Amino acid sequence: MTGMGFWRQAREIARKDLMVEGRAGEAMYITVPFGAVALMLIPLAIGTDKPLLARVGPGMFLAVSLLFGMLVAFRQTATDTQPQRELLMLLGTDAAAKFVGRSAASTLLLLIFELVLIPVTVLLYNPGRIDGWPWLVLVVVLLATGLSLVGTLAGTVTLGLKTRSTLTPLLVAPLSMPMLLAAGQIVESLRVERSIVVWVLLMVAINLAMSVIGVATAKPLEETAT
Amino acid sequence: MRFGRMSVLTAVDLAVGPGEVVGIAGPNGSGKTTLLRILATLTRPTVGSARVLGSIVGTDPLTETRRHVALLGHQPALWGELTLLENLSFVARLSGIGTERVRDILHQVGLGGAMGRRADHSSHGMQRRVEFARALLTRPSLLLLDEAHAGLDRAAQAIVETTVADVRDRGGGVVLVSHEPDRMLPLVDFTYVLEGGALVAERGLA
Repeated sequence: MTGMGFWRQAREIARKDLMVEGRAGEAMYITVPFGAVALMLIPLAIGTDKPLLARVGPGMFLAVSLLFGMLVAFRQTATDTQPQRELLMLLGTDAAAKFVGRSAASTLLLLIFELVLIPVTVLLYNPGRIDGWPWLVLVVVLLATGLSLVGTLAGTVTLGLKTRSTLTPLLVAPLSMPMLLAAGQIVESLRVERSIVVWVLLMVAINLAMSVIGVATAKPLEETAT
Repeated sequence: MRFGRMSVLTAVDLAVGPGEVVGIAGPNGSGKTTLLRILATLTRPTVGSARVLGSIVGTDPLTETRRHVALLGHQPALWGELTLLENLSFVARLSGIGTERVRDILHQVGLGGAMGRRADHSSHGMQRRVEFARALLTRPSLLLLDEAHAGLDRAAQAIVETTVADVRDRGGGVVLVSHEPDRMLPLVDFTYVLEGGALVAERGLA
C-alpha cells in the first residue's frame, strides 16, 4: 500500500461522510425542521410588530444558524465509532486530511441548512431589501465554513471524553461568538450602507485561524484519543 | 502495561518473525486484546517496549508502519449506511490501491451476491467476511486477528485460512488471539498462553 495524497484523502473522507449523512440523515433531518420551528417561535413571542421583526430577523437567522450549525458539526464528528476511527488510522489516513474532509462535509451540510432557512426567515420576518446581497452570500458561506471548522475542532478535542456532550458546546460557543458578531455587523452595515470590509476580514481571519489550528493539532489530538 | 492502577500485561516477551503464525490463547480478561492493540500500534505500552515492523510504538512516527498492519477486532469496522461494496471501495481508494479488485475479492469471500447490501442490513457473519476481504485487499505485512472465528460459520472457516495463508506466503506475520485455542491450532506455528497478563506457557509447534 502506498497511501494517497492529502487532498484526495480529504475528498474521500468528505464523500464518505456525505454518503453516510445522505442515507442516515441524522444531522439534517433533525436540525432543519427544528431550526425552522425555532425561527417560527420568535414572531409568536414578539407579536405583530412588523418593524421589530424586520430588524431582528437577520439576527435570529444567524443565531439559529449558530445553534443548529453547532449541532450539525458536532453530530458529524460523532459519526465514527472507535473501530472505524482505528481503521482509518491503520490505513495511514492523515489526521489533518480527516479534519479537512470532515469540515468540508459539515460546511456543505450547513450551507444546505442555511439555504433552507433563508426563505423561511424572509417569509416570517420580511427584513426588507438589503443592498449588496452578494455580500450576504459571502457571509453565509463564511459562516458555514467557520462554524464547521469550530465544530469539527471542538469535536476532535473532546473525542473519547465522557463529558463530550457537555464540553463541546462550551468550547464551540465562545469560539463562535466573534463570527456571529461579525456576521451580524455585516448585515447591519449593509442595511445602513456602512463599510463592511473590517467585518469580512474578521470572518476570513477566524476561518483561517481555525483551519490552521485544526490541521496543526489533528495528529496529536488523534493520538491522544486512542 | 497499566491502565491506571491496574496492571494488564506484566511479563510478555514475544517475537513474530516473517512468515510466522503465532497463536495466543487465554481466558477472558487475560490481556489478549490489549497485547493485540499494542502490536497494532493503537495502544502505547506504559512499561517496556514494542517494535512493530521496525518502528517503536509510542516513539517513532507510525503512519507508514500502520499502512502495513491490519487488525480484525471484535466489532467490524464498517459504516452501516454504506453497502458492503462501498465500504470496501472506500478502503481501497483511501489506501491508494484502486478499486479494480474489490468485486473479485468480495466474490472470493462469498459475498458476490450481497455486495449491494447495506452493512447494517447484513448479518454479523457477513460483516466479518468483509473484514477478511479487507485484509485480502490491503495485503498487510502484519495481520492481527482477535477471535478470528467468532461469528463465522463452518463454511467460512476457509476464509480465515485463506487470509492467514495469503499473509504468511508473502512473508508477513500473523498473530491470532482466542479463548478457544482448539479452533486456531490448525493455523498456527506456535501457541502461547496468556494468563493474568503474563505469557506463562508455550505449547510448542502445533
